[in-house]
Amino acid sequence: MIVRIGLSSCGIAAGGLPVKEALALVIEQQGLDWELQQTGCIGMCHYEPLVDVIHEDGSINTYGNVTMDGAREIVAAEASGTALEKYRIATDREPNDCLAGQVRIALRNCGTIDPESIQDYINSGGYQALQKAVNQMTPKQVIEEIKISGLKGRGGAGFPTWFKWNATRQEPGDIKYLICNADEGDPGAFMDRSLLEGDPHSVLEGMVIAGYAIGAATGIVYARAEYPLAIKRLGKAIEQAQAHGILGSNIMGSGFSFDISIKQGAGAFVCGEETALIASLEGERGMPRLKPPFPSQRGYWDKPSNINNVETLANVPWIIANGGASFAAMGTEDSKGTKVFALAGRIKRGGLVEVPMGMTLREIIFGPGGGIKDDKKFKAVQLGGPSGGCIPEALLDTPVDYQSIKNTGAIMGSGGMVVMDETTCMVDLARYFLNFTQDESCGKCVPCRIGTKRMLEIMERLCAGEGKPGDIDLLEMLGQQIMDGSLCGLGNSAPNPVLTTIRYFRDEYEAHIYDKKCPAKQCKALITYLIEPDKCKGCTLCAKKCPVNCISGEAKKPHVIDQNLCTKCGTCLEVCPSKWSAVSVS
Amino acid sequence: MSCCCQTEESTTIQSVSTAIQLSALEDLINRYRGVEGSLISVLQGVQELYGYLPRPVLEHISLQLGMKKARIYGVATFYAQFRLTPVGKHLILLCQGTACHVNGADKIETALCDELGVEMGGTTDDRVFTLTEAACLGCCSLAPVMMIDGQAYGPLTPDRARKVIRDIYKQEEQSREEVGA
Repeated sequence: MIVRIGLSSCGIAAGGLPVKEALALVIEQQGLDWELQQTGCIGMCHYEPLVDVIHEDGSINTYGNVTMDGAREIVAAEASGTALEKYRIATDREPNDCLAGQVRIALRNCGTIDPESIQDYINSGGYQALQKAVNQMTPKQVIEEIKISGLKGRGGAGFPTWFKWNATRQEPGDIKYLICNADEGDPGAFMDRSLLEGDPHSVLEGMVIAGYAIGAATGIVYARAEYPLAIKRLGKAIEQAQAHGILGSNIMGSGFSFDISIKQGAGAFVCGEETALIASLEGERGMPRLKPPFPSQRGYWDKPSNINNVETLANVPWIIANGGASFAAMGTEDSKGTKVFALAGRIKRGGLVEVPMGMTLREIIFGPGGGIKDDKKFKAVQLGGPSGGCIPEALLDTPVDYQSIKNTGAIMGSGGMVVMDETTCMVDLARYFLNFTQDESCGKCVPCRIGTKRMLEIMERLCAGEGKPGDIDLLEMLGQQIMDGSLCGLGNSAPNPVLTTIRYFRDEYEAHIYDKKCPAKQCKALITYLIEPDKCKGCTLCAKKCPVNCISGEAKKPHVIDQNLCTKCGTCLEVCPSKWSAVSVS
Repeated sequence: MSCCCQTEESTTIQSVSTAIQLSALEDLINRYRGVEGSLISVLQGVQELYGYLPRPVLEHISLQLGMKKARIYGVATFYAQFRLTPVGKHLILLCQGTACHVNGADKIETALCDELGVEMGGTTDDRVFTLTEAACLGCCSLAPVMMIDGQAYGPLTPDRARKVIRDIYKQEEQSREEVGA
């Protein structure tokens, strides 16, 4: 028997490590000859810590939200040959609802193998695609296979992968670089972290194949410093690959040599832009430059360089092993294959899902995503992070492919889907994103540096209840000018969240400006907390918890909030027992 | 933040390095001497040693590696990771990602500031904690999240966040007592 526990960042945050210790202890105490393994994230982050028990006959029981006590109970039950229903969320024959409709290509091994074991990866078919590529195919054939697959960059822009490879290959020169962009900067996207933590070898294999195709001998992973576990596991994977002759000289006897190193980013969103990333790799400030020349012509140290995103590269071994046509058989005319989405926000089942392109937003959010938290009303879904936009309920049946999403005003981006319900203020959300891009603007070009600042000032005014007639028009005009006049993708797309929310939620902007009201009751300057005297039983809980002591009243008598002192933190609303619900917001 | 050209600071490389073996810094400098494009790695190494980028150390690096101080300062202030002031023993990164934002990260911030008695970016008087923001920690399904010393905590409520801090304080006290005993 094998007991497998999910230990990626989400599993560890949910308390996976003590559960693992509890499992190890009880297995030892009972003298069981069971193997305890770790694995990455299967994507059902809301069920973490997750434990799989794999029986001798191959059948699997999956347990979710396992506590330390639960771990002991599960081992006891399984040792006596039964399952513990209290924690069981799925079996191998009856997969959990979250996995229904998913087709896992990039995530094929996440949550099923030990990411720190190269043998596990090899046992599940890993490095066979590399063997095939370097020993049976020419670089041109590899590029042709990727062309047939229709694979497009999964990091944001959605550029055809084969085209970039081919362009870099055709450039003259002996020294070329393959760069893996693991600087997942979009707040709300975490598929690259999960891939690097859960299946680092798939990314390495994709890199070696890409290096072979473009004629590079050096690969570099530019990884976010905020992902310590991903960097650790990737580093371990590189060492193992080197020891197995999968990295280094004369790979698998093919005569092709390639090695990979990791460079840690230092925290700058703009470094997701290719030329900025290269500047950062060279140890400089991550500032973009004009294109052309494109990185495929003059990239890292002025040499032809190809940059691919983590998820793109993780797809590559599968395509080479199974053929480009099988990948292209999935998805839509415009967007082939599958895409990983990170579901987060006000959603019931947050996590990672991989589905064929062309599934509708509704199918994803209400299928694997399970719908809206606390059964509240869906309001919008944000796609593409700070460069993307908000898609309203009326457009929920939009199929998820590059073009259809672009038509809504949002972008596919890296696949972050943040779901919003009626409690999210769209004006505040747009302000939040603009605050982010304004902060992350590198400052090189004026429209982005100063334009986003001016837009942010207007948004802050709106949220503070100081909006003026004409503000909406001014935002639209400024937004258009910033998009037209900025040098790189950051500025070109920074106004998107504001422009799409104006487009679909204009009434909320107008309510902030003309009625001085926040319909979602989120903007502190526009709301008031009140204790309803007929409902308040005087339990004193709110008065005790109020951080600024602005609630007064005798025990068992209605309490009152001093509006002059209230900081609108919402603590009173949170702590007021639901049977009374005496605190209201208006 | 004052300009790096000013030389009023009285601390020297020796005085900031008292707690750290100077040899560790020299090892770091020697490792990257002559390696093109390694400034960010050097600064990450310095921050690993000192917890922040002390100005005398940056000046020392400027001399040793033959880089203009302005260039070092430019890189050090461009990236969110680098800090020019000392931090507490434990660094709290409060996630400001979208998922955390819509799940009430601002309430966690209020609770943490109140519990620690600092503003965002501040360090407690006893230098045990520094509270900072991170753009996104990528643990969105556990929002709202914070990371302390590389370990993520979530989903947080204001009370849970306070408890995490109190638990770490307790551990600190215990280890101090053990050392004392």
